[in-house]
Amino acid sequence: MGEYYHSVTLNKSKCMGCTNCIKGCPTEAIRVRDGKARIIDERCIDCGECIRACPYHAKIAVTDPLSILDRYQYKIALPAPTLFGQFKKLKNCDKVLAALKRLGFDYVFEVAKGADVVTQLIKEKLAVPDIKKPLISSACPAIVRLIQVRFPNLLDHLIRIESPMEIAAQMAKDEASRRLNIPLQEIGAFFITPCAAKMTSIRNPIGNEVSHVDGAISILDVYGPIASYLKIPDNTEKLQQATGAGLSWAVTGGEGQSLGIDNYLSVDGIRNVIPVLEEIENNKMTDLDFFEGLSCAGGCVGGPLTFENGYVAKNRIRLLAKGIRNKPPADSDIEYIKEHIQWQLQKNIIEKPVMKLDHDIVAAIQKMETMERINKNLPGLDCGSCGSPSCRTLAEDIVRGNASEMDCVFKLREKVKALAEEMIELSDKIPSGREGDKHT
Amino acid sequence: MNPEGSKSFDNKTDTAGKDVLVRHVYSIEAENFSSAGEVSRRTKNLLKQLGVDGELVRKAAIACYEAEMNLVIHSWGGRLIFQVTPDKIQIITEDTGPGIPNIELAMKEGYSTASEQAREMGFGAGMGLPNIKRCASYINIQSKVGQGTTLEITFQI
Repeated sequence: MGEYYHSVTLNKSKCMGCTNCIKGCPTEAIRVRDGKARIIDERCIDCGECIRACPYHAKIAVTDPLSILDRYQYKIALPAPTLFGQFKKLKNCDKVLAALKRLGFDYVFEVAKGADVVTQLIKEKLAVPDIKKPLISSACPAIVRLIQVRFPNLLDHLIRIESPMEIAAQMAKDEASRRLNIPLQEIGAFFITPCAAKMTSIRNPIGNEVSHVDGAISILDVYGPIASYLKIPDNTEKLQQATGAGLSWAVTGGEGQSLGIDNYLSVDGIRNVIPVLEEIENNKMTDLDFFEGLSCAGGCVGGPLTFENGYVAKNRIRLLAKGIRNKPPADSDIEYIKEHIQWQLQKNIIEKPVMKLDHDIVAAIQKMETMERINKNLPGLDCGSCGSPSCRTLAEDIVRGNASEMDCVFKLREKVKALAEEMIELSDKIPSGREGDKHT
Repeated sequence: MNPEGSKSFDNKTDTAGKDVLVRHVYSIEAENFSSAGEVSRRTKNLLKQLGVDGELVRKAAIACYEAEMNLVIHSWGGRLIFQVTPDKIQIITEDTGPGIPNIELAMKEGYSTASEQAREMGFGAGMGLPNIKRCASYINIQSKVGQGTTLEITFQI
């Protein structure tokens, strides 16, 4: 698997070499070189912005096929709360859960139940005196990675509690293993995912060595079969167990609201999250208790692997949540989880200093000096024709040794013009041939 | 402004004679709240690219923001210079404006001469200069009433 695993990848044959994707990347992780896009592994945070930007569908999110289920004796589905927002005229969540069982899962365990647990655990963290405020949610892995790359100063604001997905996986496996008396390694738990970022977190967890989730299946891959099952009228058993608040984690503000505090801020869309993180970094928000930033517009319902329009799904989640009467986990449940389940992050979330020009500050200053000089000579149009997202990034790429000034079409034009003029000048100086040659 | 005894910040060396390796000069308009904060955001990104220690980035960004806002709120306009020499990072603002009649008083927390308009926008808490001083290694203010102010903020690397 190597040091870097990314769910977001390029389908090279579909890539036209246009520059749509390079402009929108929040970590400037894409370049077009030799007519094809290239993702810089160290910089990519798997947010999926490029999947949305590509008109040729050349950017894809790799997830696991349903056939991955065959590897395990006992199969558990972990549906993201977003799944329930995908279907029309859904009165409750039960039928969707039943449909997942029809797809080959032995057991379904809502990630929203994990969210209910995480809610309680965050409440406890908020009550600890002298914590760094605001606490920053670690629910969206793309935002956590964005912080690693662009806002390392804020790493110690991140909540060091496992994601609802990881908690749900462990709870489900623990429960199934005890109930059926089967060993844990024979149980496979699969996240039904709205995004690429979660897939990457399973293969390459943040703050942990290994994930408790065994694979991720795209919502798009199960949407069709579930939708057709929903048309069959029958009585379904009561399967839904999470609270409405847990379900609402699928939408922006769901997490903040579930905490029962007043002073929280929820922002969605990675372009909108960045300026708020800037404000927090500048100490402008020390009076805020909790910050929830979600990479996709509308929250997870806006994920790149969803079928339904994010805002339509958001409304459906709201209506479904309203009708749920389930109770949050009891104190004894939380005590059990704390004792038997890995609920805290085991490793530090560390900085990814990929934006630095050099590890040595003196060298970095020199590189910046060169970069400034190059940048001054570039046209400043940010056209992207060179394959870098802006003139400044091209200057940076040149300094890093990954591009040359002639990648700029305007620079190249200047050079060609200068050369052509030189040729004309030279041709005037060259004698046209020996006298009399023409006559022979 | 260029009051008597003031130093020029356009030379290839800084006031201590050290080579200026990186210098960015931004002009700042008075009362232009739509672009306010842009210069400090750019400065912060430059510092991150340089790989300056995280805590220093944060301090410099805060000081830069306050200095930039001071020009927007109090001055009639001026410029902000960001420069790096081998041993320090400096943020310098030069403005034309009312100047600071009593620098000692202006350094006190809670003291402000911000206009009603600025106060309505949530500024004028009188924390600008004190905040800058707290973040910086050292600062140097020169001001002439009715002419303008030069503020030199220095961070030792």
